[in-house]
Amino acid sequence: MRRLWLWLPLAVFVAFLVTVAIGLRKPPETQIRSQMIGKPMPDFALAPAVASHPPLAAADLRRGRPRLVNVFASWCVPCKVEAPQLEALKRSGVPIDGVAIRDRSEDVAKFLAQWGDPFERIGSDPDSKVQFALGSSGVPETFVVDGSGVIRHQHIGDIRPENVPEILAAYEAAK
Amino acid sequence: MIAELGLAALWLAAALSLLQLGMGAAALKSSPSLLGEGDHAQHGGGVDGEASGIAPPPRYAGSPSPSAMGRMNPYAFAIRPIAVVQAGLVGLSFLALIQLFLRTDLSVTLVAANSHSLKPWLYKFAGAWGNHEGSMLLWVTVLALAGAAVALFERRLPERTLIATLAAQASIGLGFYAFLLFSSNPFERLAPVPAEGNGLNPLLQDPGLAFHPPTLYFGYVGVSIAFSFAVGALVTRDVGPAFARAMRPWVLAAWIFLTLGITAGSYWAYYELGWGGWWFWDPVENASLMPWLATTALLHSVTVLATRDGLRAWTVMLAVVAFSMSMVGTFLVRSGILTSVHSFAVDPQRGAFILILLAFYIGGALTLFGLRVGTVKEGTGFEPVSREGALVLNNLLLSAVLGIVLIGTLYPLFVEAATGAKLSVGPPYFNAAAGPLALALVVVMAAGPLLRWRRDRLREVAARIALPILLAAVALLALILLVPGLRILPLLGLTLALGVGAASLAPLWKRNLRRTPLFIWGMVIAHLGIAVALAGMASEAAFTREKLVAARVGDSVSVGPYRIRFDSVEPVAGPNWTAVEARLTARRGAGSPFVLFPQARMFSSPPTETNEAAIATRLDGQLYTVIGKPDGGGRWQLRLWWKPFVTLIWLGGALVALGGLLALVGRVRRERRQSRQEEAWA
Repeated sequence: MRRLWLWLPLAVFVAFLVTVAIGLRKPPETQIRSQMIGKPMPDFALAPAVASHPPLAAADLRRGRPRLVNVFASWCVPCKVEAPQLEALKRSGVPIDGVAIRDRSEDVAKFLAQWGDPFERIGSDPDSKVQFALGSSGVPETFVVDGSGVIRHQHIGDIRPENVPEILAAYEAAK
Repeated sequence: MIAELGLAALWLAAALSLLQLGMGAAALKSSPSLLGEGDHAQHGGGVDGEASGIAPPPRYAGSPSPSAMGRMNPYAFAIRPIAVVQAGLVGLSFLALIQLFLRTDLSVTLVAANSHSLKPWLYKFAGAWGNHEGSMLLWVTVLALAGAAVALFERRLPERTLIATLAAQASIGLGFYAFLLFSSNPFERLAPVPAEGNGLNPLLQDPGLAFHPPTLYFGYVGVSIAFSFAVGALVTRDVGPAFARAMRPWVLAAWIFLTLGITAGSYWAYYELGWGGWWFWDPVENASLMPWLATTALLHSVTVLATRDGLRAWTVMLAVVAFSMSMVGTFLVRSGILTSVHSFAVDPQRGAFILILLAFYIGGALTLFGLRVGTVKEGTGFEPVSREGALVLNNLLLSAVLGIVLIGTLYPLFVEAATGAKLSVGPPYFNAAAGPLALALVVVMAAGPLLRWRRDRLREVAARIALPILLAAVALLALILLVPGLRILPLLGLTLALGVGAASLAPLWKRNLRRTPLFIWGMVIAHLGIAVALAGMASEAAFTREKLVAARVGDSVSVGPYRIRFDSVEPVAGPNWTAVEARLTARRGAGSPFVLFPQARMFSSPPTETNEAAIATRLDGQLYTVIGKPDGGGRWQLRLWWKPFVTLIWLGGALVALGGLLALVGRVRRERRQSRQEEAWA
C-alpha cells in the first residue's frame, strides 16, 4: 500500500501533463462563442429604438425566412466601420434587423442618418438583457437566424469586407 | 560583435554544463563509495542547537581532508571549478545582452522587437529581461550563479551528495541552455536592420519591471537548488539533518525572494492596472503564489528535519513539489495556455518546449522519488501535541491551500480538455475555498512557536497563549458591536490579525531580548508580518468605499471621508506617450486640500492605452483615483476608492521578507560559528 502511495505524485503529474498537452495542441481561441448556436431564439419583445422603424420581437424572427440580427450601438466605433458591409448584405437581398444596446433614441437616429440604415426593424435593449440571452458578449455581433427562429451562425466583431461571403453562405445554408 | 560574443559565451557555458553533468555522473558511477550504499547510519547527529543550545558533534567536517581527497575520484575535483566558470560565462552572455539593449542595437532581432531608441534608460536596461528570450537568459544566469555559489561555499554536505547536487543542477541548466540555443536565441541577427524598434509593452514601462521579474526568478532558481539538493540526497540515499541544514539557507533565500516578488508584483498590479484590486486570482498570480506556498511548507518541514530528524520523505517530496510549481509557473506564463493579464510574450511552441523540460525533470524526480524514497528510513517520531505536530499541521494546511489554488487554476484546462467548454474560475471559488483554510493556518501559526519540541501539554500551551486569545475575543466582540453587518471572512480576518499578531510576539516574552538568537527574531517578525498583511486584507475587504461616476469638470464627489472636486482635464506629454490628465482636489473633512493627477496614457509604439492611477497614501489608508473615458458629452469616467489600511498588505509582505532575511543571516552565522568551533576542537 505504501509502495503505491509513493507513485501517486507521479500519477497526478502525468494527468496534468496530458491535460496541458491537449490544451497546447488547440489553437489559441480568445473569442467566446455563444452557447445558443443551434438553439431557438429566446423569447423577447423589445420596445422600438427609433420612431422610424418597427420594434423587434422574437416572433418576428419565425416568419419562415432566414434573417440577420445585428447587435449594435450608436456609441460603438466598430459598428460604424461595418456599416458598408451591412449595406452590401442588404443589397444582396438579406433582411437585417437590429438590436440597439444601451442606447438613446435620438443617438440611434443620428447614427442611422450618418452611417446608413440597413435595418427593417430595430429593438431597443437598454440593459443588455436580450444581448446576454443571445450569448453575445460585445458589440457589434451578428447572428444568422433561420425561418423557424433557430440561431444558425454567430459573427463576433465588426463585419469586414472579407467576412461578407461567409455570412452570405451561412444565410443561404439557413434557407 | 557583442551579440556574437554573447552567443559564444552561451554555447561555452552550455558545453560546460554538459561537462558538469558528465563529470558528476562519472564520479558517482566510477566510485561506488561515493554512492554511499548502506551508510545511512552516518546521519545520526540530529540534536539541534536550537533546542539545546549546544553545537552538534561534527559528522562531516567541512571540506574533505587532503588524504580523503587523494582517495577520491579525480572527477570530483573538477566539478566545483567547472560550475564556477560556467557561471562566469553565462554571466558574460547576459551582460552582453544588457549592453545590446542599452545601445539599442537594432540589428539584433530581440532588441528590434522589444526596444525603441526613445525609451528611457531604465526601461532599455530592464527591457533586456522584459521579453521571453531575455527572461530565459536571466533564468539560466541566475541558475548558474547559484550553482557556482553552492560549489564555492557549501562545505558541510558530504562530498558525494554535493557532487550529485551539482550534477542535478547542471542537468536543469542544460535543458534551459538547449531551450535558449535551439528555440529562443536572444542574440539572433536581423537583416535588413530596421530604422526603429517596436518598443516595449507600455504596461511594462514601469520601475516595477526592473524589480519584480528578477526577484521572482531568483526565488524560482533558489527553489531549483533545493530541488537539486533533494535529487542529490535521493541519488545518494542520504536524507538527514546534514542535508537539511545544507538545503535550509537556499530554501530561505528562495523564499525571501518569492515573498518580495509576490509582494512587489501585487503592488505593481494594484497601481499599474488601475482596477483598484491587489490580488485577482489570475492564473499567473497563482503561478507565483503556488511556489511560495510549497516553499513555505518546505521551509517549515526542513526545520523539522534539521532539528529533529523527522519528516524525511515528506521534505524531499516538498522540495520536488516546490520546484514543480516554479516550473509550472514558468510554463503557464510563457505558453499562454491560460488567458491572463500577464499574457505579454506567449507562444504555444515554446510552451511545448517548456512542457517537455517539465516532463523530463519533474517526471524524472518523481520517478526517482518513487524508486528511492522507500529506502529512506523513517525519521524520528513525535507526539501530536508538539512543535513538530504544529509544523505538520502547518504543512498539511499549506498543502491543502496549494491544492485548492492548483485545482482552481487548472480547472478551466481540465474542463476544456474534457468537454471543450470554456470557463474561468474566479475569486468566489478561491476566497471561499482557500480563505477558511488560510485562517486556520494563521491560528496554527500563532500556537506553533509556543509549543515545545517532541511533547507538550495542551493545558500549558493554552496558558501560554491565553493573552492573545483574550485579545482576539475582545476584538471580535468589539467588531460585532461597533461594525454590524461585516461579512464572516473579513470579520474573522480582523479578529485573528490582532490575536495572531499578539501571539507572534509571544516567543519573545520573558526572554532576554539582547541574547535572543537572530533567527528567533526572524521567525517572530515574519509571523508578525503575516498578521499585519492579514489585517490589511481584511480591512480592505471590509471597509473599502468605491465610487464610479461620470463627472463634469467642476463636479464634486465624495468617497469615504474625502470630498473630491474635479478641477480640470488637460493633455500632457511624456517622453514616449501622450495623456489626458485630470486634476482632482481632495479634502478630508476640514483638513487641508491636496491635488491628485490621474492620467489616461496613450503610447504610440506599440499603440496601447494605460491608466495611471493617482494614489494618495495616508497613515490609515489610500485614496485611489483613476480617470477613464470621456462619454462624448463632456463627462469623464472617474473611478475613486478609499481603501483603509490597504498598505498593511504590502508592509506585512515586506516584514515577512525581512523576517526571512534575519533568519537566514542568523542561521548562516550560527553555522559559521559552529564550524569554527569544530575546527578549533580538531
